[in-house]
Amino acid sequence: MSFRKLGLGLAAATMLAGMALPAFAQDSVYVPLFTYRTGPFAGSGTPIADGMHDYLRMLNERDGGIGGVKLVLEECETGYDTKKGVECYEAVKGKNPVVVNPWSTGITLPLIPRASVDKIPILSMAYGLSASARGDIFPWVFNPPATYWDGMSMLIKYIGEKEGGLDKLKGKKIGFLHLDASFGKEPIPLLQELSKELGFEVALYPVAAQDMQNQSSQWLSARRDRPDYMIMWGWGSMNGAAVKEAVRSGYPIDKFYSVWWPGEDDARAGGAGAKGFKMLNWHAVGANFPAIQDIQKHVVDKGLSKAPKDKVGELLYNRGIYNSLLIAEGIAQAQKLTGKKVVTGEDVRRGMENIKLDPARLKALGLEGFTDQLVLSCADHNGHRAAFMQEWDGTKWVKISNPIEPMTDRVKGQLDAAAKDYAEKNAGWPKRSEACDKAS
Amino acid sequence: MLYREAGQFKTTYVADSAIFPLREDRIGLAIIILGAYALAFLGNSFLLQAVMIPFLVFSLAAIGLNILTGYTGLLSLGTGAFMGVGAYACYKLMTAFPGVNVIVWIFVSGFFSAAIGALFGLPSLRIKGFYLAVATLAAQFFLQWCFIRIPWLVNYNVSGALDAPLRTLFGIPIIGPNATPQTRYLVVLTIVIVLTWIASNLVHGRIGRMWIAIRDMDLAAELMGIRPLQTKLLAFAVSSYYCGVAGALLVFLWYGGAEYDVFNINQSFFILFMVIIGGLGSLIGSFFGAALIFILPIVLGIVLPAMFEPFGISVAADVIEHLRFMIVGALIIFFLIVEPHGLARLWQIGKQKLLVWPFPY
Repeated sequence: MSFRKLGLGLAAATMLAGMALPAFAQDSVYVPLFTYRTGPFAGSGTPIADGMHDYLRMLNERDGGIGGVKLVLEECETGYDTKKGVECYEAVKGKNPVVVNPWSTGITLPLIPRASVDKIPILSMAYGLSASARGDIFPWVFNPPATYWDGMSMLIKYIGEKEGGLDKLKGKKIGFLHLDASFGKEPIPLLQELSKELGFEVALYPVAAQDMQNQSSQWLSARRDRPDYMIMWGWGSMNGAAVKEAVRSGYPIDKFYSVWWPGEDDARAGGAGAKGFKMLNWHAVGANFPAIQDIQKHVVDKGLSKAPKDKVGELLYNRGIYNSLLIAEGIAQAQKLTGKKVVTGEDVRRGMENIKLDPARLKALGLEGFTDQLVLSCADHNGHRAAFMQEWDGTKWVKISNPIEPMTDRVKGQLDAAAKDYAEKNAGWPKRSEACDKAS
Repeated sequence: MLYREAGQFKTTYVADSAIFPLREDRIGLAIIILGAYALAFLGNSFLLQAVMIPFLVFSLAAIGLNILTGYTGLLSLGTGAFMGVGAYACYKLMTAFPGVNVIVWIFVSGFFSAAIGALFGLPSLRIKGFYLAVATLAAQFFLQWCFIRIPWLVNYNVSGALDAPLRTLFGIPIIGPNATPQTRYLVVLTIVIVLTWIASNLVHGRIGRMWIAIRDMDLAAELMGIRPLQTKLLAFAVSSYYCGVAGALLVFLWYGGAEYDVFNINQSFFILFMVIIGGLGSLIGSFFGAALIFILPIVLGIVLPAMFEPFGISVAADVIEHLRFMIVGALIIFFLIVEPHGLARLWQIGKQKLLVWPFPY
């Protein structure tokens, strides 16, 4: 008994000591990375975690950080679980993080209202709440380079062009296979509005999180309904399973489109039959960029990365790099704006509003042609950038289209209404008090 | 030495049937409660927000399930869903009637959960054991389906998620992003103490004895004049009430916004494990169970890296996660082998030994 008490006491004491410990040196910037290398979403989460970590680590190794200030990187495992994600947030909050990347829509939603109170900007890159693109209402949340509504409008536009014009979509049937969570359901209102307007029919195929790997019933229904096109909003093991099921059920794979989340492994799951599977993307695949070569040289070859060598440059790895590129730019811009070296979350929020990744800047960073340009501003925290379509050729992704611009006219109304609605429902939602910087 | 029964004479029946007959126990309880309140002013925000608030919320849910499974012997796998009913009811009530104080709605939301719980408890009259568990599983899936499919429940939010609008008590924000962990903790602590006190009185009184009689032998209980239907339904209602309030606290005072997925089947199992590990049919066991299942992984997450660090080994976050899983799993098996009646039984044995210490008898 007394031994147990002693053990408990020891544990409590260590816990308290552990909480008191993290006092970081004042000449560094703390960047927590919320990652998931465990659980059902680890298949997608691991390459992203590697990409995020490796790019920032490369900056540390090659340049000694950003602007001469070392970055302190710390991963916190969320397992894509809201409970653990919120715990991670509480754990890092006290260490003055300059930005948090929840990497889950479910974790992003509870953090959005806290961001302005805790003065920690949230970077939810192309996920999270679409309405948070409005910088005047959500000054602390950033979701570049495009929202899910933008993505949906791009897919419809692309399919329409294939048919020979948006008006040709009349009478067609479009299936929407989505994860049955706020992430997958977000584009539905837009899809329904477009269906009314353009006259196509929508069939919804929700996939519950616990059934991600068993989609036979959805694909059976799809076989019965015979949708002309299939659009997928999936994540984690859902993507690979969907491609596999599509191939197995004989659905014409070239009519199967996805938003930007599947990776190479997901397409490989379908075997040879997956050839022709298409998805949206907004950055290059491959390691043929000076910056990524530097990652190879300074991080991977030295054994500082967890990524196997052949995974460097894969789609989701590069997605992680893009995420870290935004973090790094946010910090660099903040240093430029404030003249300080050690920046805080408040500075980085300003920095992110001044992100200007034009071709010249990308070239300077060693990522020429990696992605389209991205300019954020005080009012626009998203950019609503165009994405392109890429196709799986059996071994790799091949870019098959020019940039597809989102249907801004149709998306904007929805977005503004949603942002207004959010602010109204959250009584006491603060008015933006943060001053805007003059566009530099 | 300090913990002795000697010299404390009970001169009335009331004193004899008291829940805490020992003076030391009463003092200990007072110290714990005072300490819990003092923690609000001593603890940092991580301790309050990420450890203590969820611990109290889960303890409350575990008390709810313990009333049903531990005291009445009815196995339920619908705890997560009943928590969800409370959360969604609270959201609807506080947005529809923003003028009424939210504390009122937190308590009222439990009644919605109680009604739903009693409804799904109806089959318990005819089916028992594992079969009842399956019936409550149906409640879990059906209610979760409702949470996703009925947009009215979330006031047609595009995100499909619950959010926490600003609500105040005596002018101090207790719900919403501006509420400090300190105030949230004080509110949760007070609610949990009040409800635990009520539960303690329930289970030690006539109603609790009826539940226990049904659990121990329902046929005998019926012959003694206890009505099985009313008793079982009352257990379902009271249990769901506690779960519902816990659900409302979970969303509005801990997360500050949540998706339907928070109330999935894993949540139900999570609470069930707490009850089993903590001790079936014990209120303090509910707290022990919540501490072991919820706080231990967090402690491990902090202690493990600190343990490896002096040796220059940096352990990755995912390895820690795997270690947490393995250690907690092993400990659960260990405790179940050493004491199948849960931590509460260990506690009781410890107290009895302490009474006669240093002598064995």
